[in-house]
Amino acid sequence: MLLAAVHSAIQQQAFHVPNLDYHALAPEIVVSATLVVVLVADLFLAGARKWLLSNVAGWGLLVALIFTVELGARSHHASMVGGAYVVDDFALVFKGLFLAVGYIVLLMSTRYIEEGDYFEGEFYFLLLCSLLGMVVMGSARDLITIFVALETLSIPAYMLAGWRKRDLKSNEAALKYYLLGVLASAVMLYGMSLVFGFTNSTLLTDIGKATQGSITKAPLVTLGIFFITVGFAFKVSAVPFHFWAPDTYEGSPTPVTAFLSVASKTGGFVALLELIYIGFIGRSDVWGPMFWVLAALTMTVGNLIALRQTNIVRLLAYSSIAQAGYILVPFAVAGSNTKSIHSAFTASVTYLLIYAAMNLGAFAIVIAVARKTRSGEIASYGGLYEYAPGLTVLMTIFLFSLAGIPPLAGAWAKIFVFRAVLDSGTPSAVALGVIAAVNAVIALFYYASVARLMWMDPVPDGDRTAIRVPASLQAALGLSVVVVVVIGIYPQFFAHLGDVASLVR
Amino acid sequence: MNFLDHWALSGAIFLPVIGAVLLGLVPRRSELTLKVGALLASLASLALVIYLIARFDFSHSGRFQFVANKQWIEVIHSRYHIGLDGISLPLLALSALITVLCVIYSWDHFPEPFNPKAFLILILVLATGMNGTFGSLDLILFFVFFELVLLPMYFMIGVWGGPNRQYAAIKFFLFTLFGSALMILSFLALYFKGGQTFDMIALRHTIAAASLPAATASLIFAGLFIGFAIKVPMFPFHTWLPDAHTEAPTVGSVILAAILLKLGTYGFVRIAIPILPKAAHTWAPWIGLLAVIGIIYGALGCLAQRDMKRLIAFSSVAHMGFVMLGIATLTSFGINAAVFGMVAHGLITGMLFFVAGSVQERYGTRELSRLGGMLLQAPRLGWILGFCAMASLGLPGLAGFWGEFPAILSAYQPAAGLSLVTFRVYMAVAAVGTVFAAGYLLWMLQRVDFGVVKSEFEHAHIHDLHVPEYLAWAPLLILIVALGVYPHLLFHITDGAVHAVTTGIHAATGVAAGR
Repeated sequence: MLLAAVHSAIQQQAFHVPNLDYHALAPEIVVSATLVVVLVADLFLAGARKWLLSNVAGWGLLVALIFTVELGARSHHASMVGGAYVVDDFALVFKGLFLAVGYIVLLMSTRYIEEGDYFEGEFYFLLLCSLLGMVVMGSARDLITIFVALETLSIPAYMLAGWRKRDLKSNEAALKYYLLGVLASAVMLYGMSLVFGFTNSTLLTDIGKATQGSITKAPLVTLGIFFITVGFAFKVSAVPFHFWAPDTYEGSPTPVTAFLSVASKTGGFVALLELIYIGFIGRSDVWGPMFWVLAALTMTVGNLIALRQTNIVRLLAYSSIAQAGYILVPFAVAGSNTKSIHSAFTASVTYLLIYAAMNLGAFAIVIAVARKTRSGEIASYGGLYEYAPGLTVLMTIFLFSLAGIPPLAGAWAKIFVFRAVLDSGTPSAVALGVIAAVNAVIALFYYASVARLMWMDPVPDGDRTAIRVPASLQAALGLSVVVVVVIGIYPQFFAHLGDVASLVR
Repeated sequence: MNFLDHWALSGAIFLPVIGAVLLGLVPRRSELTLKVGALLASLASLALVIYLIARFDFSHSGRFQFVANKQWIEVIHSRYHIGLDGISLPLLALSALITVLCVIYSWDHFPEPFNPKAFLILILVLATGMNGTFGSLDLILFFVFFELVLLPMYFMIGVWGGPNRQYAAIKFFLFTLFGSALMILSFLALYFKGGQTFDMIALRHTIAAASLPAATASLIFAGLFIGFAIKVPMFPFHTWLPDAHTEAPTVGSVILAAILLKLGTYGFVRIAIPILPKAAHTWAPWIGLLAVIGIIYGALGCLAQRDMKRLIAFSSVAHMGFVMLGIATLTSFGINAAVFGMVAHGLITGMLFFVAGSVQERYGTRELSRLGGMLLQAPRLGWILGFCAMASLGLPGLAGFWGEFPAILSAYQPAAGLSLVTFRVYMAVAAVGTVFAAGYLLWMLQRVDFGVVKSEFEHAHIHDLHVPEYLAWAPLLILIVALGVYPHLLFHITDGAVHAVTTGIHAATGVAAGR
């Protein structure tokens, strides 16, 4: 049946080789080449020399990053395969973000994977595969491309979550993540098929025109948008579709948790940005209220449950759920007028960029501290200042940035969200803004309580030996903290990125 | 403008934090280097402030001088806009001076758990936050500096504080942050209603031109009011203050009392009232009411205290009540008194907390019932306490008088359109408050200084003043006398700037009355 359809399609219309701009595709090509090199080299390297693979992967990512920056600096834009694959400022900003996040995660995982006696070569290979999916997601402007990118970034992540295979929690993490991820994909795909059925196109621009036109009120299109949004709500772990996240985050190896909570979540948001602001922009009556409920629930539930956590990774898991809520706020208020579309878009993008740096930093500290304490309990952070003052200061910076205290980067992320809310100015938007403000105060409570433990409590086991932080982890910490502090003092830089990366004109 | 005129204000704001970063590189063991470094950084900042005072054009104190206005965050039109007028200059000077004195006082008074490096770094970061708040002319910049003060103070209380420090630290933090959240919402509302700018000076005109509905303006003012009132603190938002003060280390209490509380009152004078004069006019009777409740409540609270530091903390609530009463009259007389009151309270209460800290250090307690006869054991310390108590209760000839007395007097004739009866009642109540003030301060003085030494300290060796104490306290004591004898020293700086504020109020409310 399918074969016949394909056959007739080929007969009707000769296959045209798409006109590809290889320069614009350079980051994708470099990442693909690197992952092949890593996979093949893994076969020939002796166990003791497997660490070379992480270097290869790292250099590959850096080269890809350089190409991305170069494309951005020269404003090299391209639109390929009929507009399904687009390289523009939005794509480049997020490709740059994904590659940088990938590089930092690599720095964080190098020693962790090596010392933990896990498979090394495959780990880096899967990490690069997942990154490739994300880099593609940045350029995807078509339902099918989005879906393919999403699966490419998700499937390796399911395996990475279960990397500590002798640990039951890790197995649970992977299984939960896999089952719910597949469920989300199925729901989303069903929604996409409905939308395709009514608009007769998978291209987002065509869908955008169609949903603003005659078929706009078709109930099944509404249903399609609803299903697609729900599917991505799973991916970005928005309440009430969040329950996989804390278990998965706790069970996964910590560098993978950092990767999932930053890169994978951002991947979901990038797809949402593309879908909502290009494809469904005319149907804010459907997604506006949905996002309002999702945002309000996600912030509130995430923060309230975070208050009661005793494990640092679970705390950060719920905190990252709550942070996703803040990122959803601009979506909820985007639909009210043309000006608010623009500021809402900028707010989401800026928040994603800043969130990446501060959350990665916090996870890097968790990895560093666990090297000594071998524990994820928050109580084990007591008196950290006495034996690891440097780590304590950095963790304090990351936590208070997540809480949104100026002059750290996180404060600007929140201010941009509030600006979007007030730009919209409708009563429901303002109500959401008030919910967000109240949540910011609740969140401070648990962030500050970790800080309080580190600075003010005694060391629980009295062991004051200093923590040795490997150079790669130091580099990861250094990169994150520089971003958090520099953006805190001079936010114009990221605000500029958020502004140029706009899909809405 | 020459080079230094251009950069001195930025230097005064950022030198301390640059010093803090450099101190971060010094190893923890080299204690002397750390102390000298912190002293140099704070002295450099003070020197620049003194230069600014010397170059300040006093005949135009209503105009902003040493202005720098550079692009900062373009997408939200927020600019690095700083400058000084007659209201911010004395407060900036106070802040720079207190920072230096705190570093000197700390010289060998580091509280448990010691760690001079972290302590000095926190003092310097605080200094940047405080100086920056007084210098900012952009709402977002103001907000950043205003918040920058929070974290160091949180750690200072939480790490170096008394037995109940963690509770006090988090209470301080959450109260203030709650206020800030409402404040930033009001700032954003001003931004949208006032033509997309955060510039404090431009907003005065654009908000006036936008002629907001009274309800909107009132709501925005309420957000600002809560944000600033928590910081002041005004009754009923004051409950964090006694805890924070009691638990904070001496230097923390001094900075808290002398400078941080002024950030709130300064916010009223610089932002809330000039930008929203009509809403301020509507709210003024209520602000006045809370102010006088604060005066009486604070005084009664004092009488119930057993701890010397807690008593001084409650006296701050009362004194800030006088300042707020002066502001609530919306007259140039009242606001002048308020600014004078801020400076005087900074000097006097800062001094009182220094003394309380020294008492605690010598006797190991601040319980009034256990102290006594300090004049016999440490006469100089005892006399200084007496001097400060006199200054605090508003004895003419000392600085406290010029903050309190004109503030009460100004309530006799509030700004046009405010109810005379209401404010005259306030005046009477506030006057009663001064009697209470004399009561509790003399009571404290009597318990601590006079009488015989309690048996438990009879054979204790009580040191009189140390060298760092002489050095740290002399400037404050001299200023208390100088401003008391010759208040014109301060009034002639503030008057022009205050006049600029009140002219705006009269213009706005006059138009309102005309309709």
